[in-house]
Amino acid sequence: MNRFAELLDRLAYEPGRNNKLRLITSYFRETADPDRGLALAALTGALSFKYAKPALIRDLIAMRTDPVLFALSYDYVGDLSETVALMWPKTDDVLRNNPPPPTLSEVVSTLTTLGKTDMPQQLTRWLDELDETGRWALLKLVTGSLRIGVSARLAKTAAAALGDKDPHDVELLWPGLAPPYLDLFAWLEGRAEKPVNLDPAPFRPVMLAHAIEESDFAHLNPADFTAEWKWDGIRIQAVSGRDADGEIVARLYSRTGEDISQSFPDLLPSLRSQNPSQYKPFAIDGELLVLRESRVQSFNVLQQRLNRKTVTPKLMKEHPIHLRAYDLLSEGDDDLRTLPFTERRARLEAFIARLDDPRIDISPQLEFDSWDAITAIRADPAPAGAGEDAQAVEGVMLKRRDSAYLPGRPKGQWWKWKRDPRLIDAVLMYAQRGHGKRSSYYSDYTFGVWTRDDEGERLVPVGKAYFGFTDEELLKIDRFVRRHTTETFGPVRHVVHEADKGLVFEVAFEGLARSPRHKSGVAMRFPRIHRLRWDKPPREADRLETLEKMLVTETATEPTAIDEAAIGAH
Amino acid sequence: MRPQDILKPGPSGLACLPGGFHIDPVRPVDRAVITHGHSDHARPGHGAVLATRETLDMMALRYGENFAGTTQAIAYGESVRLGDVTVSCHPAGHVLGSAQMAVTCGGTCIVASGDYKDAYDPTCTPFEVVPCDVFITEATFGLPVFRHPDAAHEVRKLLDSVALFPERAHLVGAYSLGKAQRVIALIRAAGYDAPIYLHGAMEKITRYYEQRGVPLGDLRMVKGMKKADLAGTITLAPPSATADLWTRRFPDPVTAFASGWMRVRARARQRGIELPLVISDHADWDGLVATIGATGAGEIWVTHGQEDALVHWCQTKGLVARPLALVGYGDEDETDDVPGGADAQESEPA
Ligand SMILES: [Zn+2]
Repeated sequence: MNRFAELLDRLAYEPGRNNKLRLITSYFRETADPDRGLALAALTGALSFKYAKPALIRDLIAMRTDPVLFALSYDYVGDLSETVALMWPKTDDVLRNNPPPPTLSEVVSTLTTLGKTDMPQQLTRWLDELDETGRWALLKLVTGSLRIGVSARLAKTAAAALGDKDPHDVELLWPGLAPPYLDLFAWLEGRAEKPVNLDPAPFRPVMLAHAIEESDFAHLNPADFTAEWKWDGIRIQAVSGRDADGEIVARLYSRTGEDISQSFPDLLPSLRSQNPSQYKPFAIDGELLVLRESRVQSFNVLQQRLNRKTVTPKLMKEHPIHLRAYDLLSEGDDDLRTLPFTERRARLEAFIARLDDPRIDISPQLEFDSWDAITAIRADPAPAGAGEDAQAVEGVMLKRRDSAYLPGRPKGQWWKWKRDPRLIDAVLMYAQRGHGKRSSYYSDYTFGVWTRDDEGERLVPVGKAYFGFTDEELLKIDRFVRRHTTETFGPVRHVVHEADKGLVFEVAFEGLARSPRHKSGVAMRFPRIHRLRWDKPPREADRLETLEKMLVTETATEPTAIDEAAIGAH
Repeated sequence: MRPQDILKPGPSGLACLPGGFHIDPVRPVDRAVITHGHSDHARPGHGAVLATRETLDMMALRYGENFAGTTQAIAYGESVRLGDVTVSCHPAGHVLGSAQMAVTCGGTCIVASGDYKDAYDPTCTPFEVVPCDVFITEATFGLPVFRHPDAAHEVRKLLDSVALFPERAHLVGAYSLGKAQRVIALIRAAGYDAPIYLHGAMEKITRYYEQRGVPLGDLRMVKGMKKADLAGTITLAPPSATADLWTRRFPDPVTAFASGWMRVRARARQRGIELPLVISDHADWDGLVATIGATGAGEIWVTHGQEDALVHWCQTKGLVARPLALVGYGDEDETDDVPGGADAQESEPA
């Protein structure tokens, strides 16, 4: 644990990507199994256990130190975990016996099984055994506030470097691997064969698009791109395969790789529906939509199908689910991801036609020969082919004809061009009780977008919203707030907002203005919750740069001053 | 005689009326007793100065030979009579030549310890506990969050980083008087015997350490070196230099800083440090409270630093304690005024 803590400590100060890689690779080289595998899991966000509340940490330090000295120290250091880590006094017993510090695997395995009542005692023991840096990392880990400034991708790349392997290979294997990744490290160190992905229906890391800006078009040739609608549904991956016994396994994954098959039992038969004698495993990248009489329903209708543990026949009947396919990642034994998009598209068209299932269709491609043409299509989708489905069109997607299917958000390959530029995805950060009839609910929300500064990636608040949601949604948000409060300051609750944990709002607003009074430098006019994105991990929320760019466009096109008084009004 | 009639804080510093002198005065006075060579304690322009040989030499390096009217050297263990008091000199373990000055008058002994540390330092005489009635302690790191790790462990971090990044230069910010030489000695003790490079501002004081018998191995000036040849090397420089244009002569430098402040992450981040090394020439919290206990003093006067916490701690232990409102003593890591370092501004105008 101390060695892992040292790595985290060093990474926190190191700004260079390549240098971070070297530090992580060197850690993997020096550290034995299973600790290094668990470190890889921690760095890639693959660890999960119940977190300890900051109040517990305060209680522990209060039992060991003078309250005045603690208050002076906390005031000076400004961070609870760090203050406690630095001032934690070891007992004389501990100093005499000098017990060995726990390994990372001990910490992780204990935390996964530890009951709530045993937490204080266990934490105390570890705090006694670890050094300052070890205590700091432990406290950050158990309170769920470990921010390392390293992406999962970077950590996997560092692992690949251990065996001079292509990071892409590790990425492909990843879905079939689990902590502590013994088989992966054995392969990387040349002690074993490449691990086989044994899952018959594994998830493939999803390829994402960049938001396009006006200025991008100048550098792009329309002939290099294909276009299709960006449907306002849920991006998913539908995978079908045959297990060792010959049984067909069908799964739906969210774009973060979460298995959401259980929520959509009505779609699964379609993933198994091929004629058994001609069955081929496949992986489709597509959008989940609710269709009624072959008309795409709004996202609000689709939302009724989200986050359901049990799905009633009534729900399935009234909200029939449908898969609209964008891409084909594998077919039979062929991994298609390295092929150009146009080839994959041809395979997809043939495959969907052969499948011939009413619940699965293909997202049409849009004809255009210039950026002007696609601009017109985006501005008015109905006559361009969307017809009555136009309200479910969120914008257009532009994909390079030669683009391979790459994990993450590779530069210059895919672009998304949303219809309404005044919608952003923001993350709920703080909540306060409302007024009047809402006074018992947390109904005032402060939300933020991502930015990067000296401390790495973090969320910066950009606005507050008090309306836009239904009463039913309010109940859900209120419950979320109460269950995910990390700290309380007077009336304000800090709600968990990390890369992988938190609630994303799609916020609609009327305009933007520069505001020196706001930490972010921008203020929104009439912000409101447009919809709740329970399906979206906070890491995929928008960035401050997006708002800043909107600001430039706003001021260029709308010279009228924005009424400051209207900003943040109830 | 009451202790406050022997030593009393005033505008020029701590005044000893019955002895007719000030300790570490911040303004020119007739007679000064000086604990050590750091510029906030050792200032020029006094009539007569009593200090260790090393402190006097460092003052001459910084201010020129005529930094005082007259000087008198005092060795560790030696006593001199000044007016109605006796002053004796004891090692403080802070930097080469640093001393605690014990002032005895009418059976009451007050120890002014200046800056001190009780941690290992191969470049100076170790700290010695002086039993006394009143102990005057610094409080630079007077909060329980300051617990300095073993300096050898911090140096190991530096050497590991040098091994991991052989194509980069390692630039270690270290206060020029004391810290730099201690860091070099610790690097040598860890078995590193390649040349260590110095910023020009550190040359004279470092050579002085060598003259006084502190072996520091192969030291070279960084000036005139080719950029590429600095890959994989270690250079020591005044803290201010590590943040300026001067660093451009190094290949992709890793910026380290050796200071007790590096214990607190926000302080390290503020300075843009990539490799914080928690190495301090001041006692940490544990060192302060252990020393206070060991002196047997019933009364503690706390000066420069985080007085509140230390005074509070003393009071919980039943000791009489008060902060001494002395001004003018800083924290050397924040302002490096180098003895003999007239060329400290190699490239930086301010
Ligand atoms: Zn000093």
